[in-house]
Amino acid sequence: MKTVYADNAATTALCPEALEVMVNCLKDNYGNASSMHHSGQAAAEVVLQARQDIADCIGADVNEIYFTSGGTESDNWAITNAARLGAKKGKKHIISTSFEHHAVLHTLMKLEKEGFEVTYLDVHEDGYVRIDEFKKAIKNETCLVTIMFANNEIGTVQPIEEIGAICKEKGIYFHTDAVQVVGHLPVNVKEQNIDMLSFSAHKFHGPKGIGVLYCRKGIPLISFMQGGAQERNKRPGTTNTPAIAATAAALKKSCAEMDKNIAYVSALRDKLIEEIVKVIPRARVNGGRTARLPGNVSFCFEGIEGESLLLYLDLKGICGSSGSACTSGSLDPSHVLLALGLPHEIAHGSLRLSLSEYNTEDEIDYIIEQLPLVVNRLRDMSPVWERIMKGEN
Amino acid sequence: MAYSAKVMDHFENPRNLGKMDDADGIGEVGNAKCGDIMKIYLKIEDGIIKDVKFNTFGCASAIATSSMATEMIKGQKIEDALQLSNKAVVEALDGLPPAKIHCSVLAEQAVKAALADYYTKNGIEFDPSLLSGCGGHCDDCESCGH
Repeated sequence: MKTVYADNAATTALCPEALEVMVNCLKDNYGNASSMHHSGQAAAEVVLQARQDIADCIGADVNEIYFTSGGTESDNWAITNAARLGAKKGKKHIISTSFEHHAVLHTLMKLEKEGFEVTYLDVHEDGYVRIDEFKKAIKNETCLVTIMFANNEIGTVQPIEEIGAICKEKGIYFHTDAVQVVGHLPVNVKEQNIDMLSFSAHKFHGPKGIGVLYCRKGIPLISFMQGGAQERNKRPGTTNTPAIAATAAALKKSCAEMDKNIAYVSALRDKLIEEIVKVIPRARVNGGRTARLPGNVSFCFEGIEGESLLLYLDLKGICGSSGSACTSGSLDPSHVLLALGLPHEIAHGSLRLSLSEYNTEDEIDYIIEQLPLVVNRLRDMSPVWERIMKGEN
Repeated sequence: MAYSAKVMDHFENPRNLGKMDDADGIGEVGNAKCGDIMKIYLKIEDGIIKDVKFNTFGCASAIATSSMATEMIKGQKIEDALQLSNKAVVEALDGLPPAKIHCSVLAEQAVKAALADYYTKNGIEFDPSLLSGCGGHCDDCESCGH
């Protein structure tokens, strides 16, 4: 059975360039980048070059890049740090959205327990924050705005530049979780008025276990762990040279080929969305179509449940994901779909297919052929669909 | 979270899947809001379950537990089918992940609801304690927070 990998928002395959750099590093460049001998210094040079390359890709300065273990750590660090800075000035209000990743939401919930007030902006049924509502939410006590660049489940891209400009004008720190965006859409922290930005390498064909926090010069950044002097005293722990080098290799490639990838992947996305809504009745596309990640396809199919849909697709070789309660291990469907105002019974039937430039047109045709068969099979056995067909719902 | 080979087999190849036009008893439990609904149809002759069909809206384990439960009661006397426990269904499937145990409870409740429907339709009095447990009335249930 062939594998059609359509879960690139979860993680991506390592690109050959990153793999090569990583293996070479592991084999030959094993020195500790903090060591003074030539072996260590060779590693330090690899890291310095990688840091520069990464900074260039997002319009940052080399000294504004901090390596972390991933997006979750970067989010936790940036938000907690900005909250501490705010609290020192007696400012304990934060603005965010209701559909952030749990790395952000759960950090905010922890801060709420510590006495911070958080305003969660409505993302409406199309999955976009509204600038006027954002402006109204700003208070004198607002110390931080953290709004994701693009949503991981429904792919909607937020008006980051505009939000950043307002924060800049008001003197409020602005952090964005850009895990789904870096390497996929143009990012320039200076032009887009971003103070802090989190991302991780494995979403753009880099390795897992490595992330980046960009933190603008001038923002005091406090280490949250105790240890060595790595990352300019801000983040202790032996420098992960192979992963850092591979991150730079993957990001350079993604950025160099970005225009081509955006055109190619968006065309696959649009074909998949349009064909599926044509063939499958009562299929809903989640999230607006105007500003959307090139690879994100998100549906809700009425009358069926997402986990069984996911696993029947898996039996056909198709890897996707679902925000149904059953796949999350919790009792509620995804908070993202609920934030759009979808009722539970519809949110249970969600399917996310996330594409990359590694997907082929043939693979999309295969999904377009198989998905309706699987949806029909589940609807045929569903008492909920039976009722819908009888017009009882 | 991984399913046993038995669960995957019943999910991939559900037994007794379908509807029944002339059912003697129909039981439906669960709630679309919670993500699971099971509907069981019974054909009963001389106190024996001659045929059984099911329809399910839900996850892989909901489909697999419905399938296994129907297989376990087919050909059984009503009295024996009433003894079906969710635990027996779980064991027959070589286990379920902890978060999925409620699916087996629903399967047990669906069988009992179908038998209660049969008794009611035929004017046969029955001990309501036979339908012990939650009864599959998810609308009144608070345990999943809805």
